[in-house]
Amino acid sequence: MTQDQLSAKARWVWSETLRMHRLAPETRVASSLSCVEIFTALYYGGLLEHKGEDPRWEGRDRLIVSKGHGSISLFPILADRGYFDKSELEKVCQAGSFLGGIPDTIIPGYETINGSLGHGIGVACGMAIGLKLKSSSNHIFVVAGDGEFCEGSMWEGVMFAAHHRLDNLTVIIDNNKLCMLDRCEKIMTVEPFERRFEAFGWQAERVDGHDMSLLHQALTQLKGRGRTGRPSVLIADTVKGNGVPELEQDSLCHIRTLTHAEIDRATGGDK
Amino acid sequence: MTTPKNMTMRDAFIGKLCERMATDDKIFFLAADLGAPALDRIRSEFPDRFINVGIAEQNLINVSAGLALEGFAVYTYAIAPFITMRAYEQVRVNLAVSSQIRPVNVTMLGLGGGVSYQVSGPTHHCLEDLAIMRLLPNMSVYCPADWVTAEALVDHTRAAIGPKYIRFDGKALPSLYANSESVDLQKGFTSLAAGTDICLVSTGFMTHRALNAARERKDVAVIDLFSLKPCDEVALAETLAPYRHVITMEEAFINNGGLDSLLTKVVREHELPCSQHPIGFNDKYVFELGSRDQLHAINDMDEPAVIRLIDKLRKG
Repeated sequence: MTQDQLSAKARWVWSETLRMHRLAPETRVASSLSCVEIFTALYYGGLLEHKGEDPRWEGRDRLIVSKGHGSISLFPILADRGYFDKSELEKVCQAGSFLGGIPDTIIPGYETINGSLGHGIGVACGMAIGLKLKSSSNHIFVVAGDGEFCEGSMWEGVMFAAHHRLDNLTVIIDNNKLCMLDRCEKIMTVEPFERRFEAFGWQAERVDGHDMSLLHQALTQLKGRGRTGRPSVLIADTVKGNGVPELEQDSLCHIRTLTHAEIDRATGGDK
Repeated sequence: MTTPKNMTMRDAFIGKLCERMATDDKIFFLAADLGAPALDRIRSEFPDRFINVGIAEQNLINVSAGLALEGFAVYTYAIAPFITMRAYEQVRVNLAVSSQIRPVNVTMLGLGGGVSYQVSGPTHHCLEDLAIMRLLPNMSVYCPADWVTAEALVDHTRAAIGPKYIRFDGKALPSLYANSESVDLQKGFTSLAAGTDICLVSTGFMTHRALNAARERKDVAVIDLFSLKPCDEVALAETLAPYRHVITMEEAFINNGGLDSLLTKVVREHELPCSQHPIGFNDKYVFELGSRDQLHAINDMDEPAVIRLIDKLRKG
């Protein structure tokens, strides 16, 4: 895909995410909007080896969505990539559907149980070791939230990955700077991520997480580094509730439900 | 008959597992900075399938879950209270919940069940594990009484997909079974002594106490229940049917979800006409220092206490 096509795809994912929130107001829309470009780059930018029709294909790259509940933006992507029928998107959070407010492995395409924070990096470390032992060249991506790094178990995983030289692992931090009750910097200082990760032995880069071109370029470079002996982290600076003024301006937007009018205003001419 | 050999459960288990690792390259062993003589062999012979994750039980479980999702059969090893309680939420999410959807073959080995680290105090005592691990759906829970049972669990846990917890006693104990074949892991318990009116149903170390007590009084039955989950409850109910009194014996908190709760369920669901008497630790942590015998005596868990209870029940 060209950069323009990727950007257009991201806009479609953004719009679909809001449409699903309209169908299911209990979904976490704000934290799902900050990672739209990240998921789009992975699934449409040639970064994540995958087969929608065969979700457990052995040759796939693994994606762990550690900030699982902020990932309903992945639903339209998975449907579009053939993991399940697009008609399923109409049933989000309805009885009988597998698309819940907090996605789990019952959804084709999800590798792990999500909703409890702080687990993704450690589980990814086990997968990364396993892939190396199987002589697989596949890569593991973890999408984590910045607030998630208040969990000590994240740092146990960070330390482990560096010690075991897991260069087949890339963590993408959706750095939207907000927890549930306030800005992260007011609750618990998690920055500066670069210096913290580098001190542990990781390669760290930072990028504007809504600039599709820069994001794609950074991820391509990190995945293609070859066997450096170091895991990598991309700090993607993002905006929680990106593109929706009512969310962007609300430090409590994590649990904010948008009205239909707000959604219509935000999506405007989108179809 | 030869004298039963004393051996620790962990040495028997890890020794057998090391043999299996030579021919089964899907077995992985993770430890949280806890050693064993047999572990040194695994470390030197299979360095690419042994990892010491350091003092980090939460990561121990998360890494094991990741390896299991990649198709490995993972054994994780740490001190019992830490592997079960420090990492409980990791166990819940990445083993118990996850395994309901995807195959997760992880066997947790907890060393030092009960008060087998007798002078190390409440942090190292482990009196909650049987109840809290039983509580988790999809989790199997084993509490062997001897090293033969522990050794038999190697092939069983490799073959049975799903998360499991095994409580190892911290001390070398004499064998109660002749060989692995005499341990019926499908049924989950064994009748070790026949009786008429009273049956002692014990697990782990307490089975040794139960046998000692039963030798002191006539016709007291003993059942060694080493699989708290799954357990063939129908077979257990049939075995218990003739008895008027059932005394459960566990080195764990009682009345809170352990062995005694399992028996309560069996008695209730099968309408058995027996009274129940749990022996174990009451709702208090143990700060007293002393030998295991002394700690048990304080808590009415030693042989004299069991015999007193038997005599009281027979007097009616």
